[in-house]
Amino acid sequence: MADTTIALGTPQAVHEEAGFLGFTRAQAMAFGVLVAFVLISPFFLYPVFLMKVLCFALFACAFNLLIGYVGLLSFGHAAFFGMGGYVTAHAAKVWGLTPELAIVAGGLVGSVLGLGIGWLAIRRSGIYFAMITLAMAQMVYFFCLQAPFTGGEDGIQQVPRGALFGAVPLDSDFTLYWVVAFVFLAGFLLIHRVVHSPFGQVMKAVRENEPRATSLGYRTDDYKLMAFVLSAALAGVAGGTKALVFGIATLTDVNWPMSGEVVLMTLVGGLGTVFGPVVGAAVIVTMQNYLAEFGAWVTVIQGVIFVACVLAFRRGVVGEIGNILKVKL
Amino acid sequence: MIENLLFELEMAAPQVILGLVNGAFYALLSLGLAIIFGMLNVINFAHGAQFMMGAFVAWMLLAWAGIPYWGALILAPLLVGAFGVLIERTMIARLYKLDHLYGLLLTFGLALIIEGIFRNGFGSSGLPYAPPAAFNALNIDIPIMFLPGYRVWVVIASVLVCLATWLVIEKTKIGAYLRAATERPELVQAFGVNVPRMMTLTYGAGVALAAFAGVLAAPIYSVNPAMGANFIITVFAVVVIGGMGSIMGSVVTGFGLGLIEGLARVFYPEASATVVFVIMAIVLLTRPAGLFGRG
Repeated sequence: MADTTIALGTPQAVHEEAGFLGFTRAQAMAFGVLVAFVLISPFFLYPVFLMKVLCFALFACAFNLLIGYVGLLSFGHAAFFGMGGYVTAHAAKVWGLTPELAIVAGGLVGSVLGLGIGWLAIRRSGIYFAMITLAMAQMVYFFCLQAPFTGGEDGIQQVPRGALFGAVPLDSDFTLYWVVAFVFLAGFLLIHRVVHSPFGQVMKAVRENEPRATSLGYRTDDYKLMAFVLSAALAGVAGGTKALVFGIATLTDVNWPMSGEVVLMTLVGGLGTVFGPVVGAAVIVTMQNYLAEFGAWVTVIQGVIFVACVLAFRRGVVGEIGNILKVKL
Repeated sequence: MIENLLFELEMAAPQVILGLVNGAFYALLSLGLAIIFGMLNVINFAHGAQFMMGAFVAWMLLAWAGIPYWGALILAPLLVGAFGVLIERTMIARLYKLDHLYGLLLTFGLALIIEGIFRNGFGSSGLPYAPPAAFNALNIDIPIMFLPGYRVWVVIASVLVCLATWLVIEKTKIGAYLRAATERPELVQAFGVNVPRMMTLTYGAGVALAAFAGVLAAPIYSVNPAMGANFIITVFAVVVIGGMGSIMGSVVTGFGLGLIEGLARVFYPEASATVVFVIMAIVLLTRPAGLFGRG
């Protein structure tokens, strides 16, 4: 039975050649397209919408680091995303930190939370891992519901955007966009760098065959935990950035449907692909924007996309494109 | 002194009983999850949605067809179970050869669809469903508390159904096939048992259990689209704590955690929502396979 099982997020076997920043040629071209889009789009599209896409893209990339490269499905990433948002909002509003420090605070709290939850969750794998992360994230949700600093049902509202390094005011959407774009690209490249480092090679070895990685002398649990903490930290950064963009941190971002949403984005784009999470985030955020007037039907449509992806479209958009072009994207 | 103690009891007893009622639902739901997982290796994320469907079907049967509670208690699980069979045949059966996580993702999508459809059809506010007056005969009215008869019935019904399920699995021939197919599906198939059909029926039965719990819950909680989602994550934690190895394990864990939650509501209310998750963390640290789990 075991050898017929197709692991989640197993990439197509394509010859890997090292190139620019460790990208293959096709990936370097795709990265060029991505950077060009990030640079040009604010002149044509509404910056707040684009910033939302970039925040979710970073969130999805962080999630994909776990599922795509370590083979762990976390169903609790909303905890890091939402908590990052709360901490950044609190730091910017109550402590009066500058935006970059507030975002760093969000990422730090995300990583600490990730250390705790990851430390528990890596004791089990597969389905249990998903259930444990979901349950622990729900605990974080209840904490946020009751803790005084989160403002309960109201959330933290009117979060000031402040001035970058205390010097550059970010009140204009257009200025803030470049900060968000920088955070996203930095996070994206960091993930890419990690995946292509010796550390990343061990991570992939753990996904492919954990007993063998253990027998080679690697403490696989340590690697899983480090990947989990990194993923949680980036999710916290993404959540914090989103809180600054919208000036609000609410329970929605920390509740379990948000964990499902990030799974959906990554699934639509392509589990385990480099660019899939970005495409998936763009698709889902766009969809939510245009379908907002349909109310509860959005949930139904998301469910249908979930089912369709799992049944017929497991490679996702980017995975399918890569498959057609015979390249790894 | 004694008066003080009585007062404490008066405060505590209703919460503890409420915990037991919650435990009855945890037990039924985690039992269904465990059966489905044992046979199909799929964590049925739609379990909460199917629980909610059970409650709604009971409400529809009463409001639209005039079928009372007792009829719904039988009919709703059958109808929702048939729906489960349909889902297994058309969708879940395609995923057995893939990573088990795909089953989780598929059923998560199904849960979104089902809950979204019910929210569109019936709104988010709950619909009332009155328990039959006959249950007033079961009312417990003693000095330290008053307990509505219906809640007594819920605990009794849950215990009976869990016991019956255990008997079917442990003591009947079909249960023996089921246990065998859980361990070695290929071998059982080689003996001429139709394993794919058993998987379909197992899923249907697990879903029917969820719907049964839903009908039981309809008079207690208002019938609303979110009622399942509220329960299911706690039930997942219950399943992790109990381990999915044994039927009795999930039942005992379900009732036990319901009780602990009730006690927490008395002594430290802030923790009542999280106590199950804290226990899950402790169990993971000491017995990662769960209290009754194997391996």
